[in-house]
Amino acid sequence: MPRKVVYEARVEYVQILDEEGRLDARLAAGTLTDEQVAFLYEQMVICRQYDEVAFKLQRSGRMGTYPQNKGQEAAALGSGFAAKKGADFLVPCYRENAALFLHGLPMEHILLHWMGDERGNQIPEGVNVTPISIPIGTQMLHATGIAWAYKIRREPRCVITYFGDGATSEGDFHEAANFASTLQVPCVFFCQNNQWAISVPRETQTASETIAQKALAYGMPTVQVDGNDLFAVYKETRDALDRARSGGGPSFIEAVTYRLGDHTTADDARRYRDPEEVAAWQQKDPMIRTRKYLESKGLWDDNRQRAAEERAKAIVQEVVRTAEGIEKPTTDDIFNFTFADLPAEIARQRDTLRTSSIGQEPTQAALRAGH
Amino acid sequence: MPRTEVMNTKGLTLVDAINEALAQEMERDERVVVLGEDVGLNGGVFRVTEGLQKRFGAERVADTPLAESGIMGTAIGLAMAGMRPVPEIQFEGFLGPAYDQLVNHAARYRTRSRGAVTIPLTVRVPVGGGIHAPELHSDSPEAIYAHHPGLKVVMPSTPYDAKGLLLSAIRDPDPVVFFEPKRVYRSFRESVPEEDYTIPIGQAKVVAEGTDVTVVTWGAPVFQCLAAMDELPEDASIELIDLRTIYPIDVDTIVESVRKTGRCVVVHEAPKTAGLGAEIATIIQEHCFLHLEAPVQRCTGFDTVMPYYKLELDYLPESPRIQKAIEECLAY
Repeated sequence: MPRKVVYEARVEYVQILDEEGRLDARLAAGTLTDEQVAFLYEQMVICRQYDEVAFKLQRSGRMGTYPQNKGQEAAALGSGFAAKKGADFLVPCYRENAALFLHGLPMEHILLHWMGDERGNQIPEGVNVTPISIPIGTQMLHATGIAWAYKIRREPRCVITYFGDGATSEGDFHEAANFASTLQVPCVFFCQNNQWAISVPRETQTASETIAQKALAYGMPTVQVDGNDLFAVYKETRDALDRARSGGGPSFIEAVTYRLGDHTTADDARRYRDPEEVAAWQQKDPMIRTRKYLESKGLWDDNRQRAAEERAKAIVQEVVRTAEGIEKPTTDDIFNFTFADLPAEIARQRDTLRTSSIGQEPTQAALRAGH
Repeated sequence: MPRTEVMNTKGLTLVDAINEALAQEMERDERVVVLGEDVGLNGGVFRVTEGLQKRFGAERVADTPLAESGIMGTAIGLAMAGMRPVPEIQFEGFLGPAYDQLVNHAARYRTRSRGAVTIPLTVRVPVGGGIHAPELHSDSPEAIYAHHPGLKVVMPSTPYDAKGLLLSAIRDPDPVVFFEPKRVYRSFRESVPEEDYTIPIGQAKVVAEGTDVTVVTWGAPVFQCLAAMDELPEDASIELIDLRTIYPIDVDTIVESVRKTGRCVVVHEAPKTAGLGAEIATIIQEHCFLHLEAPVQRCTGFDTVMPYYKLELDYLPESPRIQKAIEECLAY
């Protein structure tokens, strides 16, 4: 009787730019040019500023709950930069602002969303992103379906879907991974493993040694990358997209990163996180190493930093002005988008909301009066 | 006109009519794709999708993994990307795992994106009891889905209506839950035009005209009501309305009829409490209060778990119970 190993696997970890800003030139070959790194670093500065301002808007009562993206900019930007703007499609969670902006989403949309205005989700024509997804893990199936449509129509386009470590506990993640791999659709599953799902740490979330290995069960190429390393994130995402575009099906990327802020402005992570852990991860901040790299190349200095920060402040200030300048939607908007053709009862509720209780049909009372 | 005029033995069954509608729409519109468990090679457990994969290929008639949330969620993605997905959920009991995707995503997307993202999908779901099926294969959850803004809910009871309503549903720009009463699947044949035709969503049908009492129902109980009417005295003039669409409900047809008859009996398979009968009774009291001669009667399934099949006919509103409800309403 045979007793033999029928399956063996391993998961690679990739780091190209370390915490000190030192680059592995061999692995970095053919990835990002210095100009591209400088451009992406400037995007980081803008998004970090956006995050800080959004936080203050919430604290001062000008905006509702907001989830900071702080610390995860390299994961969003490295992956988003690998996708083709205007062709590929991003299906985000809510900690990928930088990728969405890179793909053309006007920056005020995200603020509008958190200001309690659905128009933040009204994605302009030609911007290939879905609105941010609030429930955990449900969007990966939508991404799989979009990629499936591309495959059916033979379009050379791909989808990247974003989610966190906690989302990989959801059934929908497993269904999406299984559908995507059995259907061989061009979709990249990009997990931002930021170590915490609100207060539940990664170790409590799953007994799986890595998140990346979950994809092995679905026959999907998978890799773990240093999520705070622009080069590694870009390279692995680009390779996964190339594979998808050439008919190689879906891939999985686990970007190991850290949520430097609270879960949202409604959360206080000091209740459950060790300050030493946070301090250690602050040293791994993607902005620190990217700047160090640029400085080592003679492409960055204090003057350029000051200029970038000033520019970011001006951009974000203008975005806030735009978002706050948008007038409150009309009450009719509650009704008007329920269906393409509004059923009579909904139209009646809309048209009589200020003049009746929307209950009794008014002609009945008139009949009674004449009775 | 005999009341059972629809029950001829020629033409198509409900299964045939739905199959024909799917095939014709797939021929007409290459965006239409069918997906679900066993819908391809096997033609569906009720054979509703028989022959479609052979004709249109495995990409457009796709056997999916066994996962209802996956079916609904990927159908949403297909719709977002401009396709017209027609997912099948094998039995209404298995809509549960797909509920989140259907209700929290498909139904809400037009509103939450202020019209930027729309989800034109039609989910086909066999529904209801009376076919001696196993557990969780016989329920009637239509009221649950009618309660969720953003979904249209349809339940045809005849082959003719099924074809016309399914073509409307697939062409509808919003998500439609298309319930197919399995007790009617092969119970009779009806002449169905071969050509393309649609029946508007939201229009009830007056199956029989009458002046003494209005009976409102939908799905398989339409035929239980017709049987009950045959048992009632000739001088009882009964108007039978088949809603055909659960949401948006055809208020005008109900109201016009009840203002005429002054009496109404609502018949449905689903449990009584918080069922659609309650909504219909309320619509009637809002619109017909001064015309009523009797309280609105409900003849429904019980507020219990649907029994296994040995007792299912005791649970369902069969014709003797409907007959009694009509008599009680007339006697008031």
